[in-house]
Amino acid sequence: MNPGAAPSGAAMAAPPPVPAGDERLAKLSPAARLLRRPELGALIAALVVAIFFTTQNPLFARLDGIANWTDVASTIGIPAVMVALLMIGGEFDLSAGVMTGSSGLMMGILATSVGMNIWLAIVLTLIAAGAVGFINGYMVMRTKLPSFIITLGTFFVLQGVNLGVTKAITHQVSVSSLDTASGYSSANKIFGGSFWHPHDFRITVIWWVAITALATWVLARTRIGNWIFGVGGDATAARNVGVPVWRVKVGLFMATSLVSALTGIMIALRLASTQAGQGVGDEFTFIISAVVGGCVLTGGFGSAIGASLGAMIVGMAFIGIQFSGWNTDWRYLFLGVILLAAVLVNNYIRQRAEGVRR
Amino acid sequence: MTTEPANPAGRTNGATPLLEVRNVSKHFGNVIALKDVGAHVGAGEVTCVLGDNGAGKSTFIKILSGVHHHDEGQMFVDGEETTFNSPREAKERGIATVFQDLATVPLMSVWRNFFLGSEPTKGRGPLRRLDVKRAQTIMQEELRKMGIDVRDPEQPVGTLSGGERQAVAISRAVYFGAKVLILDEPTSALGVKQSGVVLRYVAHARDRGLGVIFITHNPHHAFPVGDRFVILNRGRLEGSWSKGEISRDDLVKMMSGGAELDALTHELERELEAPKAG
Repeated sequence: MNPGAAPSGAAMAAPPPVPAGDERLAKLSPAARLLRRPELGALIAALVVAIFFTTQNPLFARLDGIANWTDVASTIGIPAVMVALLMIGGEFDLSAGVMTGSSGLMMGILATSVGMNIWLAIVLTLIAAGAVGFINGYMVMRTKLPSFIITLGTFFVLQGVNLGVTKAITHQVSVSSLDTASGYSSANKIFGGSFWHPHDFRITVIWWVAITALATWVLARTRIGNWIFGVGGDATAARNVGVPVWRVKVGLFMATSLVSALTGIMIALRLASTQAGQGVGDEFTFIISAVVGGCVLTGGFGSAIGASLGAMIVGMAFIGIQFSGWNTDWRYLFLGVILLAAVLVNNYIRQRAEGVRR
Repeated sequence: MTTEPANPAGRTNGATPLLEVRNVSKHFGNVIALKDVGAHVGAGEVTCVLGDNGAGKSTFIKILSGVHHHDEGQMFVDGEETTFNSPREAKERGIATVFQDLATVPLMSVWRNFFLGSEPTKGRGPLRRLDVKRAQTIMQEELRKMGIDVRDPEQPVGTLSGGERQAVAISRAVYFGAKVLILDEPTSALGVKQSGVVLRYVAHARDRGLGVIFITHNPHHAFPVGDRFVILNRGRLEGSWSKGEISRDDLVKMMSGGAELDALTHELERELEAPKAG
């Protein structure tokens, strides 16, 4: 036997000398540490955008103004946080936008045309949304095709169903007078109402903050969070160390559909109606929010707070452009510019975080 | 099939090997990837599996780590005949494989990588959460045993050098109770100095009582740490030697196909001479 092979006390007591690190690796300054945070870019951008619109119209920074843009930001932010988690897990869901329409329509039809109690309608709608998410996830995992394509398919299927079923049942392109359904007032209080009278902040803002906090906790401090980063960063490596990749990804798809449906329910309850075209195109707003918030399109990196900040920027832009008295058509240009800028900044930050070595 | 007592031939310390394969073969359709290959590793030993590209090294590891089933032959873990149905089963029996490129997630921090899939938690119910402090402390201690000082546990693994990343994967396998460590070409992507560092980790794992199966195509890396050398060539066992039975030069020669290398040397020398003459 090799003389050095015996695990004797002497051998154990003398581990190889600790090399003094790599002398080419400079010590990290606090600034460099900060650069590692995925949401840093979004935080700076949010401040710049807020200051800019305040200079255009001081109302923007007052409570009434804030109530206005947080209203828009919240219904983007709630699904965007979940879309961000899914993106960190390495997948996309293009059906997330149209799902906000599908859920509002389904709940509305069940509550008005079928005459169900609205709470029961909400539960059934959420179950259906979970099923759609499961189908998305199952097909992606089973076929190993890009989720981009699979969910693009679901997107169009849902869009078709939304229009077709709504027209067939209501003979219109919308479902309305939800407020006549039983249980409406209690459900609206929780999902669609407002608080803090004269300013009237939307109740969805509370949901937004709560979901962001929950998602941040899950990502940073739970095993599932660690698995989400793992499956997005390198699914094979994660599988090799025993992470249940299949369950994590399918679970993420289901949660994304559920949260999108919840958002749709909130919007429908507030307006007491839903248009058949509701939510179409919003999936890109969610993805923009997540990317502006520092999520990497290829997965494995990002944050829930970042996605929330991204949604905040989008909300501020939508309302800020109105407040400034400009034509609201410009908001798409604004979104495009913000997205490109964010991608460039985040790309730089990620290279710093990952290092040049690979 | 009856389980005969483990074949003692070639064993240096007479103990039952931690992992042994005898006459294993593997076919993929009509391609014979591996034919009648045998090898074993005991506690505190390093068995080097050498071979050029296409020699069957990958197939061999995949059988040992439970990714593939062998079609013929036998596998023994602690002297007991076994067949692995999945990598998880192999891992449960204490056989950990560190794949060359698929060991760590570059964008994740060192401690998150170290515990990925086996995270320590505290609290219960909805408050069950990662025990970050403990995870970071354990990770730093374990890597210090390998001779690496990770000052910042939040450092992404991608910023470590190739050798250090191998060390993270190796120390993780050791920490989670591996008895046999299978290293898939751990030095092939590394420079000279970094390779030396990884060889030191291999020796260190051996000194801690693990059996190491070290797959490489570089006899210069195998020779200093190996207790036993197995050479594969085109899916067959070319030869198997204990340390002392073969010199470094012979190993290099065997590895590169002896006569073929001589012919190549001869041919290249002539080519080099030709322009000089002109």
